[in-house]
Amino acid sequence: MNLLKFIESFTDENFMKNTGSRRDSFGQFGQLGKNLALASIPLGLAAFTNKAFASDIGPTPSTPIGALQLALTLEYLEDEFYRLGLESGVIPTGGRDEKVFMQIAQHEADHVEFLIAGLGANAVAKPTFDFTVGGAFDPFNATGIGNAAAYQQFLILAQAFEDTGVRAYKGQAANLISTPDLLTAALQIHSVEARHASEVRRLRGLKGWITGNQRGTGMPSATQAVYDGEENVMQAGFNTSTVSNGSLGPAIPGTAGSESYDEPLTTQQSVNIANLFIV
Amino acid sequence: MKNAVTVKEQLTSGTNRRSFLKISGLTMAATGLLLTGCSNDDDSENNGPYAPGIRNGVFDLGSGDLGVLTYAYALEQLEADFYTRVVNLNNFGALFNSEEQQVLSDLYAHEVIHREFFKTALTGALSNPSTQLLPTLEFDFSTVNFGSRDSILGTAKALEDTGVAAYNGAGKLITSADYLLLAGKIVSVEARHASAIRSLINPNSDDFAGDDIVSASNGLDAAKNPSQILPVAGSFITTEFSAVYLP
Repeated sequence: MNLLKFIESFTDENFMKNTGSRRDSFGQFGQLGKNLALASIPLGLAAFTNKAFASDIGPTPSTPIGALQLALTLEYLEDEFYRLGLESGVIPTGGRDEKVFMQIAQHEADHVEFLIAGLGANAVAKPTFDFTVGGAFDPFNATGIGNAAAYQQFLILAQAFEDTGVRAYKGQAANLISTPDLLTAALQIHSVEARHASEVRRLRGLKGWITGNQRGTGMPSATQAVYDGEENVMQAGFNTSTVSNGSLGPAIPGTAGSESYDEPLTTQQSVNIANLFIV
Repeated sequence: MKNAVTVKEQLTSGTNRRSFLKISGLTMAATGLLLTGCSNDDDSENNGPYAPGIRNGVFDLGSGDLGVLTYAYALEQLEADFYTRVVNLNNFGALFNSEEQQVLSDLYAHEVIHREFFKTALTGALSNPSTQLLPTLEFDFSTVNFGSRDSILGTAKALEDTGVAAYNGAGKLITSADYLLLAGKIVSVEARHASAIRSLINPNSDDFAGDDIVSASNGLDAAKNPSQILPVAGSFITTEFSAVYLP
């Protein structure tokens, strides 16, 4: 069974123990990563946030454990975000929205638990998150902008987190190729994030899939880093934007090419996005 | 005509439980797939990968990366063929509201693109594509009621969930990081599809990632081996093929 193999593949004496500070785990990569992160954050993103960079995480190593450590950090982020969202009262109750976010919150909590159990002593500590990004967002109505306005911001961040999660897991696949059971587990989380992303996007009135590098109506420009690169139409030399089904069916629109493939984020790109919310 | 699918698994070589897919050319002619156990004598663990191609008169998907890609090509052919039938329906506009038409039209386009991608990629990667490229498969969707919105969306849900589980299970069989990434780029779009179809079927619910498909205990999606996927997918496929060398 995958779960058992997954857990057994790590040290069993540290089962379920969340030790090891983030600094320790990311240690040797920390300073280098910080400099890289600062240098590579696009100007718009750097200007967007006024938070200090003191707590930024660095890129995780290109190893199976590194891949799962990055995954755990992103799952911590999602887990806390949805838990705070459900507690805040901004999510309309009694209907689709509440059911959707209760289910997503449960999955993210499960993913955190699963990854902590799997990583054992290699589990990274949970960072401190600021989902207002220095006051730019108010997804939990902390400043009294009203539940309706806050919920729109909550949805914006939820879409960004889910679409980021899909891309980030995808970017770690190669780091897991030597550990089949971990790869399978990561793929099983990856597709759940994609199910979430589709539903959150549809709640916002968008298609469940990403067209070009469009972040979608209502998404602020600060979230563009989540979508840059999604416009790719060349897959192993094949142009996905010029496909025809001949006389068999309707014409295939060129925009379907990039929609039909999701693109990965590098470790550094994933870390840069996560760091926007880490203080 | 409903395809007859027989699943029979046997224990082989101690704890190693491997299933082998075989087609019987006589009794099962033109009706589908037969899963049967395979003795260790036929095992290929010390050989291979086996190229796709005709073996014992039947096209076998082969093994290794090109076998997995051929397996994916078969599944994408299935999905593309189904959605082509759906969008070509004379009553397409009457059966589905505008949102549903948009979703189904997008899925049609995406799956045709996936199919054509695999056809091109395999043609380039196979040493002898004229004999090793999986032929265009033929399908039988007579179990689907194309006059029924529910039947069509229910079939779409099954195909998309099957696609997700198939790619999730096939990832570990891929040895090339490039091919693995390509599979990853596709599987998340299949999962987006599955979510959207489920949401169309039952909008005011958590079915988009329901407990029936995502484990309520650990939040993991399904991952299945080809031997678990092909009896399901094969129920729509009338062209005979085998997958003797895939787990």
